[in-house]
Amino acid sequence: MKNDTVLELHHIRKTFPGVVALDDVRFELRRGEVHILLGENGAGKSTLVKILSGAYQKTAGQIILDRQEIDIKSPRHAQELGIAIIYQEFNLVPQLSAGENIFLGQEQIHASGLINQREIIASAQGILDDLGVEIEARKAVSELGVAQQQMVEVAKALSLDARILIMDEPTSALTEQEITELFNTIRRLKQKGVSIIYISHRLEELFEIGDRVTVLRDGKYIDTCNIADVSKSELISMMVNRELKEHFPKLRAARGEEVLRVNGLGINGVLHDIAFSLHRGEVLGIAGLLGSGRTELASSLFGVSRIDSGEIYVKGKRQRIKSPRRAINLGIGLLTEDRKSQGLIMILSTKDNICLPSVERFSRIGFVDTREEIQAATQYVGDLHIKTPSLQQQVMFLSGGNQQKVVISKWLCCQADILIFDEPTRGIDVGSKVEIYHLMNRLTAEGAAIIMISSELPEILGMSDRIMVMNQGRIAGEFSAGEATQEQILHYALEGAA
Amino acid sequence: MTPKDFLLHYGRQFGTLIGLLGLVIVLWILTPYFLTISNLLNVAQQTSINAIIAVGMTFVIITAGIDLSVGSIVAFSGVVLASALQAAIPLPIAILIGLVVGAFCGLVNGVLITYGRLPPFISTLGMMSVARGAALLYTGGRPISGFSSGFRYLATGEILYIPVPVIIMVLVYVVAHVVLTRTKLGRYAYAIGGNEEAAVLSGVSVKFYKAMVYGLSGMLSGLAAIILTARLNSAQPIAGMMYELDAIAATVIGGTSLMGGEGRIIGTLIGALIMGVLRNGLNLLGVSSFVQQTVIGSVIIIAVLMDMALKKQRK
Ligand SMILES: Nc1ncnc2c1ncn2[C@@H]1O[C@H](COP(=O)(O)OP(=O)(O)OP(=O)(O)O)[C@@H](O)[C@H]1O
Ligand SMILES: [Mg+2]
Repeated sequence: MKNDTVLELHHIRKTFPGVVALDDVRFELRRGEVHILLGENGAGKSTLVKILSGAYQKTAGQIILDRQEIDIKSPRHAQELGIAIIYQEFNLVPQLSAGENIFLGQEQIHASGLINQREIIASAQGILDDLGVEIEARKAVSELGVAQQQMVEVAKALSLDARILIMDEPTSALTEQEITELFNTIRRLKQKGVSIIYISHRLEELFEIGDRVTVLRDGKYIDTCNIADVSKSELISMMVNRELKEHFPKLRAARGEEVLRVNGLGINGVLHDIAFSLHRGEVLGIAGLLGSGRTELASSLFGVSRIDSGEIYVKGKRQRIKSPRRAINLGIGLLTEDRKSQGLIMILSTKDNICLPSVERFSRIGFVDTREEIQAATQYVGDLHIKTPSLQQQVMFLSGGNQQKVVISKWLCCQADILIFDEPTRGIDVGSKVEIYHLMNRLTAEGAAIIMISSELPEILGMSDRIMVMNQGRIAGEFSAGEATQEQILHYALEGAA
Repeated sequence: MTPKDFLLHYGRQFGTLIGLLGLVIVLWILTPYFLTISNLLNVAQQTSINAIIAVGMTFVIITAGIDLSVGSIVAFSGVVLASALQAAIPLPIAILIGLVVGAFCGLVNGVLITYGRLPPFISTLGMMSVARGAALLYTGGRPISGFSSGFRYLATGEILYIPVPVIIMVLVYVVAHVVLTRTKLGRYAYAIGGNEEAAVLSGVSVKFYKAMVYGLSGMLSGLAAIILTARLNSAQPIAGMMYELDAIAATVIGGTSLMGGEGRIIGTLIGALIMGVLRNGLNLLGVSSFVQQTVIGSVIIIAVLMDMALKKQRK
């Protein structure tokens, strides 16, 4: 064992009923390094770090921390050992303030026995300022955006004085600028000797921040290498065990009739004078910064937010879309950006989630045709390569990427032909991303129209036929696919229309 | 369904069933009379009222709600039904009135919860008091007694030696099982309880189906009132006290999660039987009612503790 090794794992095995999530996995972490865990959806990355954070118990194997074999018994125990984790899915209490969340479970207590609220807010503010983010510690988490909530998670882990910090896809919800800030923080932590285990599907990031990388595939250890010694394509082939030819396999479909037209749409204080049209066979990419109104636009088209002005025409007819039910009947499907709280019913089975928006279609006089349901669910599980031991498996036990595929299946299953995808590939591995892009091709070829909201510019550029850029609730610019560049889009997203 | 799926689906209920069998064996050893046909039919009959109310409770709890008003609705529908019977309204119509009164109270709950945005706890707590008060007002606090033998047959009759209330109970469970597993209402109940926001975004008319579920719970309370009134040959405005607790207990022992989104109708039946068997067994053993209360309360707590321990083990 080298001197600077802090953590070693040997022969780690973890089984769930019907699933071997990890099989004979090894891992070594050095002081002050950023060690990347890489693998496809369902490869076992989250499971491995959950064993370290005490959320799961290993089935077999050895964990050696500071040269001593230990058993990590609980999340509390992991914290005491100096291991902190930021999960893929947020674990904040929305009603509490950012500060209270940061110190949840480690509240400073007054001599009087009461919680020292002022102290908590003050130290939390200190940590947040240190992180270089503008968040008020006294603000309730429910009032914060996704990115800010993520920062609160980071701050929470830092407050624990962790020696080992685990980040499970920390950047999937962050903007470029926030990612830069996060990376600065990570570098500062490294200098202090903190070791970081980092999981992300964004390969570019790994080269920017990582020192070493360990690749897992199907729960098995593949290899560990220095980032400096490997190329992107080498990593990809280690992950997926095959060559991926194109990252954006865009096919242009024939542009058909207009299916959606929006005129002068506005929501007071949020959206202003939005106008665009969408045709069959087309992918309309919507770029913009977080908070530019893209998600609000999606919710108003889907009948979630009431519009204050403007008109929406669906397939040639003016419609008032008052509820999601109405939107679905018009053939609109919305893949929300937050799958845990809006997209899925975690406690229900894969089948029930896929079929939920289609239950009406599968029912006759109130009775659901279970056979039809199972048939449809089986088809999509196969089509989208959803990794699940059975249709009855609760989706909370699926890996993040597979959960996302379940959400997509929901809308395919109910035959929506105007699809609004809000961040469709967030948290999805390279292989599955390409699968989803192929799927978008297939859908447009079959005559569907897609609105794709994405914060990943390469994705916007690679998969859209037309691109709309939003800024502060307005459309700042519109491009056709060929003419847009990354710089132009960023310019409009940051500055608005000239 | 493969055997594995079946276990995933009904594993929890299987555990409850083993609990019930264990209880039966213990009581059989302690008092051999327990396991006679006549006593078992007796248990089933005594269980039927709670078991029927618990079906509605199960639907409500699956949507992550709660219905505290069932006992009072039993009393109110009971006295309205009784007065209808005494006014010589034909039996089928009187029965229908009992059901409609219950369903109406439940729907009021449902509307208050969905369109009024009241928490279920508050809305049904209010209804608990309102319906009780209404029953007392309606009767001036006095019971209404004495009905035709035709009506009483609903409680005292037998078909092939099986008491009519037991037959009604079994029918209710069969129908409820089908509704919960095979109909839109059932699908949506789980979806609403599992994640209401995601259900709305999947196009579920959450308000409508939630209101329906409370209406259903009220209607089943009305049905329970019919059997109770027929059995006692009297409708009492103070009937049904604490029924909500028995129904919640049966539901929870049967594996339905108070967090919503989870639960099986068959579990509730087993839960109700456990409560009934326990009461009956303790009576046979001559245990005082004070001790009985304590024992039953403890059983509820132990059942839920075991449930949670089992769930944790699956991690
Ligand atoms: N609690 C659980 N019960 C049953 N199966 C589980 C559980 N947790 C994870 N699994 C299974 O273990 C496998 C590995 O999942 P894990 O979440 O570790 O993947 P991952 O590498 O993090 O994927 P992603 O990139 O999609 O997040 C998956 O097949 C998943 O379905
Ligand atoms: Mg994961």
